[in-house]
Amino acid sequence: MTRPVLRCGFVPLVDAAPLVIARELGFAAKEGIGLELLKQPSWSALRDMLAMGHLEAAHMLSPMPIAMSLGLGGVRAEIHAVMVLSVNGNVIAASNDLIAQMRAQGWDRDLGDADSVADALEHTTQRPIRFGVPFPFSMHRELVEYWLRGRDLAIEIHSVPPPMMSDALKSGEVDAFCVGEPWGSRAVDDEAGELILAGKSIWAFSPEKVLAARQDWISDNPDQIAALMRAVYHAGHWLQDPENRVIATDILARQEYLGLSADVIERAMKGHLLAQARSFGTEVPGFLHFSIGAANFPWRSQAQWIGRNLAHRHGLDLGKALAIARRVFRSDLYREVMGAIGIDLPGASDKQEGALMHSTAVASTRGGLILQPDHFFDGAIFDPDPQ
Amino acid sequence: MPNPLSICVVEKDAARAQEITEALHLGGWADVTVIADDASLTRTLASTEPDVVLIDLANPRRDTLETLSEASGARKRPVAMFVDESDPELSTAAIQAGVSAYVVGGLSGDRIRPVLETAIARFRMMTQMQSELKAAKKALAERKTIDRAKGLLIHAKGLSEDEAYRLMRKTAMDQGKRLIDVAQALVTASELLR
Repeated sequence: MTRPVLRCGFVPLVDAAPLVIARELGFAAKEGIGLELLKQPSWSALRDMLAMGHLEAAHMLSPMPIAMSLGLGGVRAEIHAVMVLSVNGNVIAASNDLIAQMRAQGWDRDLGDADSVADALEHTTQRPIRFGVPFPFSMHRELVEYWLRGRDLAIEIHSVPPPMMSDALKSGEVDAFCVGEPWGSRAVDDEAGELILAGKSIWAFSPEKVLAARQDWISDNPDQIAALMRAVYHAGHWLQDPENRVIATDILARQEYLGLSADVIERAMKGHLLAQARSFGTEVPGFLHFSIGAANFPWRSQAQWIGRNLAHRHGLDLGKALAIARRVFRSDLYREVMGAIGIDLPGASDKQEGALMHSTAVASTRGGLILQPDHFFDGAIFDPDPQ
Repeated sequence: MPNPLSICVVEKDAARAQEITEALHLGGWADVTVIADDASLTRTLASTEPDVVLIDLANPRRDTLETLSEASGARKRPVAMFVDESDPELSTAAIQAGVSAYVVGGLSGDRIRPVLETAIARFRMMTQMQSELKAAKKALAERKTIDRAKGLLIHAKGLSEDEAYRLMRKTAMDQGKRLIDVAQALVTASELLR
């Protein structure tokens, strides 16, 4: 029997690493599948290719499959998230002009303090503040809107493809942005602006990218999707080791993946960010997770948090939207596939989002699971089942 | 034509933009605006308020159009990607030709379809011409390399042009390589030894 080759789309970002490593270090081959990685010029293009069957799977922004299943945006399609590829990894940056205004108000940089950055933004004169995000359905947008709601700030959301974020900040098309690495660091190196906040300071454990596929393809190809999930799981586990991340950085730097110098990619991989050009770096622990604390588990409660936001923004029936969102995150399939190879799985498929201030041991199938802090900056707790 | 469609073409390359505009004019659509500048995309679209936006599938700025599809503010008009769910063939044809279209919600498929068909045909033609042009350029470059390699052999071994050519062809066949690869190796080596 010939080995099936799966075509998998990705957008050039550090968090495509689990797919790149699954291919380059042979985790996919070990599971008996070929993995063809196809770089996409935009999230729209990736979405269209997946929906039309030109790709079997894709690296996707976590809200995208939910939005598509809800019929929001250009293409309606039943797309499911079979696992989470990465947690956190975003940065927020502001233009030099905004930074100067914030400094004049006495703001002193702290990438970890969401409240003080919001205070400083409130004291600038720029209105509305135009925020660049990669896509209308992205964790970036959810984080920015969650962070700044209720503030005395008019913001306007603009979609800008990640590689163009630096130029957009420089040209004044946007005043600030939230983007995945290495594109924030790229803007710092271009001196287009400075970093003001790490995304994890808004939500300490946000599902960033997911592995997505069409619902019908998943049910027609159970062995192939399981093989891909196992390969990506092992790649993510390998990526948790800091020494391995050095190797991964060099691989990601290659032309066919990010095509950037390893120096700019390594910052996200090491959690050591330069907020300003020619500055000393800042350590950001837990900047980007690929595996730790059941990072790959697609929690229904995460899907529900996203679904609730989308339903409110787009005026959808809340009950129906939540039911669809919860179906999109396939914790059932994840349990089946990972349970079969003895991976420690959480006892429940929902959790209270935002309840953990510290690493905490929780009930799991093999008894060794420790979840990472997942608090929101405002201390809110999102309870998926408030009864 | 009553109530003619207003069409925006997002394309940086002036020659390509011209091609598409001409095709649309020939098809009877007179109101065609070209946007060449990325940064002004949002502003221009908001002021032109087109019914249809045509954009290269590979253009990363497509994601910017996605934001516009959420009508916020009275001036911005909703656009949705044209994927007629009952007509996947047209969508696939568009993807293969490398064109995507955004249309104002509520416009009937009957009015949009001919625009998209015209665009698909023209994009396909342009893609084909581009690949033919590439092939022609490559062939020309290869011939130059082979001529240079021939010249090197003529000079170094005192062969005739015909003999030099036959020697390279024999070497290529013996080594299971292409003629151009042998010629290129010779040219590279001679540059290194110079």
